[in-house]
Amino acid sequence: MRTKKRLKKAGWIAFFVTPALGVVFAFILLPLFMSLFNSLFSWNQLIRSDYTGFRNFERLFFTYPYQERFFNALGNNVKWFVLTMIVQNGAGLLFGYVLSKGIAGSSIYRRIFFIPVLFSIAAVGFLWGLYLRPNGMVNALLQLTGLGEYASAWLGNASTATYSIIIVNIWRWVGFPSLVFLTAINSVPSECTEAAYLDGSSEWQMFRHIVFPLIIPSVTIITILTVIGSLNVFEQVYTMAGLDGAPNYATDTIGTLFYRTAFGSVDSGAPEIGIGSAVAVVIYVMTFGISLFSIMVTRSREVEM
Amino acid sequence: MKRLLGFLLVMVMLLLFVSLPASAEVTEIQFWTWRPEDAGFYDEIISQFEHANPDIKITQNPIKNTEYNTILSAALAGDSAPDVFMSRAYGGLQTFADSGYMLALDDLIPELMQFDEAKKMGARSITDGKMYGVPAVSQTMLCFYNTKVYAELGLNVPQTWQDFIANLEATKAAGYDALANGTKEGWCCEFLFGGGCSSLHGGVDFYNKVISGETTFLDPVFVNAVNEMLTLAPYMPVMYEGVAYTDMQASFINEMSAHFIGGSYEAGYFQAQNPDLDFDIFAVPGYTEADPAYVAVYADMNFSIAATSKNQEAAIKFVKFLATPEFGNQVVADLAMVSSVPGVDVSANPFIAKVLELQKNSTPYIFLVGFRYNQPTGSSLFQAAAQGLMTNTLTAEEVCKQVQEGIATYYEPFQK
Repeated sequence: MRTKKRLKKAGWIAFFVTPALGVVFAFILLPLFMSLFNSLFSWNQLIRSDYTGFRNFERLFFTYPYQERFFNALGNNVKWFVLTMIVQNGAGLLFGYVLSKGIAGSSIYRRIFFIPVLFSIAAVGFLWGLYLRPNGMVNALLQLTGLGEYASAWLGNASTATYSIIIVNIWRWVGFPSLVFLTAINSVPSECTEAAYLDGSSEWQMFRHIVFPLIIPSVTIITILTVIGSLNVFEQVYTMAGLDGAPNYATDTIGTLFYRTAFGSVDSGAPEIGIGSAVAVVIYVMTFGISLFSIMVTRSREVEM
Repeated sequence: MKRLLGFLLVMVMLLLFVSLPASAEVTEIQFWTWRPEDAGFYDEIISQFEHANPDIKITQNPIKNTEYNTILSAALAGDSAPDVFMSRAYGGLQTFADSGYMLALDDLIPELMQFDEAKKMGARSITDGKMYGVPAVSQTMLCFYNTKVYAELGLNVPQTWQDFIANLEATKAAGYDALANGTKEGWCCEFLFGGGCSSLHGGVDFYNKVISGETTFLDPVFVNAVNEMLTLAPYMPVMYEGVAYTDMQASFINEMSAHFIGGSYEAGYFQAQNPDLDFDIFAVPGYTEADPAYVAVYADMNFSIAATSKNQEAAIKFVKFLATPEFGNQVVADLAMVSSVPGVDVSANPFIAKVLELQKNSTPYIFLVGFRYNQPTGSSLFQAAAQGLMTNTLTAEEVCKQVQEGIATYYEPFQK
C-alpha cells in the first residue's frame, strides 16, 4: 500500500518535472554537448572533419590572433561585470532603500525605474545608438548645458565605446535590482529595525548591520544574474556597435566573439565552427563556475532569521 | 435526371483527368536573396521568367543581408535549402563550395564561357577551379562628388592627389563636409582605403606582387598609402569616428557633403532618395598625372544552385535566364549596377558607362579579392587596425604589421 502511494507520488512528480527537464535538455544540455562535440573536431568550412582533441581550445588560448581576441573580449566582459555590480547594483540598492522609506511619490518612482526593463533590447540599442551619434541628443544636451567640450563620438572612440554601451545597459536594467532590493528590504521584520532605532543606531549602522545581512539572499540572486548577464553580453553590443567589436575590438565581448567565429561576419570573415564551439564551451564553463563560486561566497554571509 | 447526373459525373472526371497532370507538371522552386530592397525588381524578373516558362513557379525569399549567411548555412546543412540562391563571392563562395553545398555549373551553364575571366574569379572555387555561380554584378570603389558644389566653387575633377586634397580644402572652406565618410564601422575604413588610396600604392601592380609574395604589406609604398588615410581625416565630418554608414549616405544625399568615397552600388540609392541630387564620379588620382588613377573592383554577387536541389532542371533554367543579356540590361536599368553578364547594353545608363570607363584602370579590391579565404581574413585585420589608425591609437606601420602578421599565419608566400 505504502509502495503504491510512493509510486503514485513519483508518477506525479515525473509528470510535472518531465516537461521542464525536456526543455532544459533540448535548449541547454543538448547545445552544450553539441558545442563540446563540435569543438573536438577540425572543420573544413561548414563540414565536420577529423577528431583533433583539444586542439581548438589550444588555438583559442595560445595562438595568434585567437588568444589576443579572446582575452581582449574577456577583459571587456570583466568591465561589464565590475561596472554593473558597482554602478547598477549599487544604484539599485540605493533606490530600493530610499523607496522602502515610503518617500512621497515612491510608487510612481518605482514604476518609472522599472519601465526601461520592459523595453526591447533591440529598440533600446537602436535608439541609444541614435542618441549617441556625433550629432545626436547626448552631444546636443552637452552643448546646451555649456558642456560642449565633453561632446564625443561616444561609440566611435575606443576609450568611450564600451563604457557607453554599459551605461545604456545600466539605464535599462537598474529598475530590476531596485525592485528586488525594495521587496527584500520591505520583508525585513520591523521589530529588528525598530529595536535598532531604540538602541540609537544611525541610519548607516542600521543598514550595515541589520538590513544588509538580512537581504543577502537577494544580493546572491542579483550577483549571480549579473555574472550570467556579464558573461553572456551580446545583444546590446550587437545593436549598438555591430558584430566586429568596433572600433578595433574595443567593444568585443566573448558573446560577439563567439557569434563572429561560429557564424562568420558578412563584412569581414567566414565562420570557424571549431573555434566558435570552443568559445561556447568556455562561456558555459565560466558561467557555471563563477555562478557557483558567487553562490558559495554569498551564502556563507547569509543570516538566519 | 439520372442521365444528366451521369453526364455531369463523366464531365467532372474528365476535367479532373485533364487538370491533374497539368498541375502536377508545375515545378516549384525557392529563390533566396539578401536584397530585400530589390524584392520588387526580382518579382518582376520572376514574372518574366514564369511567363516564358509556365511549368515553373518561383517563390522569392528575401532575407536581411546581415543574417543571410547564417540562415543560408543552416538551411543548406539541413533539408530546407533553397534551389537557387544568391551567393557571396571569393572567400564567401569558398565556404559553401568547399562544404559541398553548391552545384558546379561549368557543364550545366555553357553561357559561363562568355563571361569575362576577372568577373568569374568571384564565382570560382580556388580548391577545384570549378564555377559555382553565375556572376551577377561587379562593384567599383571610387569617389562620388556633388556636381552642383563643384560648379558653384569652380572646381575641376582632380588629376593628382594634391588636386584632390585642394578640392577637399575648397569644399571645406565653403562650409560643406568635404568628405561624407566616417569610420564607426570597420568595413567603411576598408572602402575608404580601397576607393581613396588605391592609386597611391600602385594598384594592380602592387596587388600582383603581394599575391605572389614578391612584396608584403610592410612595403613602404603600401605603408605610405595607408598613412594617407590620415590626410583625409581633417576633411571628414566632425567626430567622424562615430559617423556610421547610414549617416554618410544621408549626408551626401542631403547635399551636406561634397564627396563620398564608396561603391558604385550607391548610385541607385542616392538617385532614389534625392532625384535632384546631381553627382558624378572619379577615380581618386595618384601623386602625378602620369600615375594611373585606379578604382578598386570586385565581383559582388553570384547566383548558385544548391547541390541538394530536387528541382535541378528548373533551377538550371532559371539560373540560365539570370545569365542572359535581358537580365543584365534590367540590372543596369533598374538597379543601376554594373552587370557581369557579357553583351549588356550600358548606353541607356550614362552612370554605368562612366563606371566601365573608369574600370579601364582597375585594381582588385585587395583584401576582399585576395585575402578572404582564410582566417584571420585580410579584411578583418585591416578593418579593425584601420579604425585604430583613424582614432590615433595605431600608426600606419602598426596597421600594416598587424595585417602582415595575421595573413602570414596561413599565407604561404609570406612564410618563406
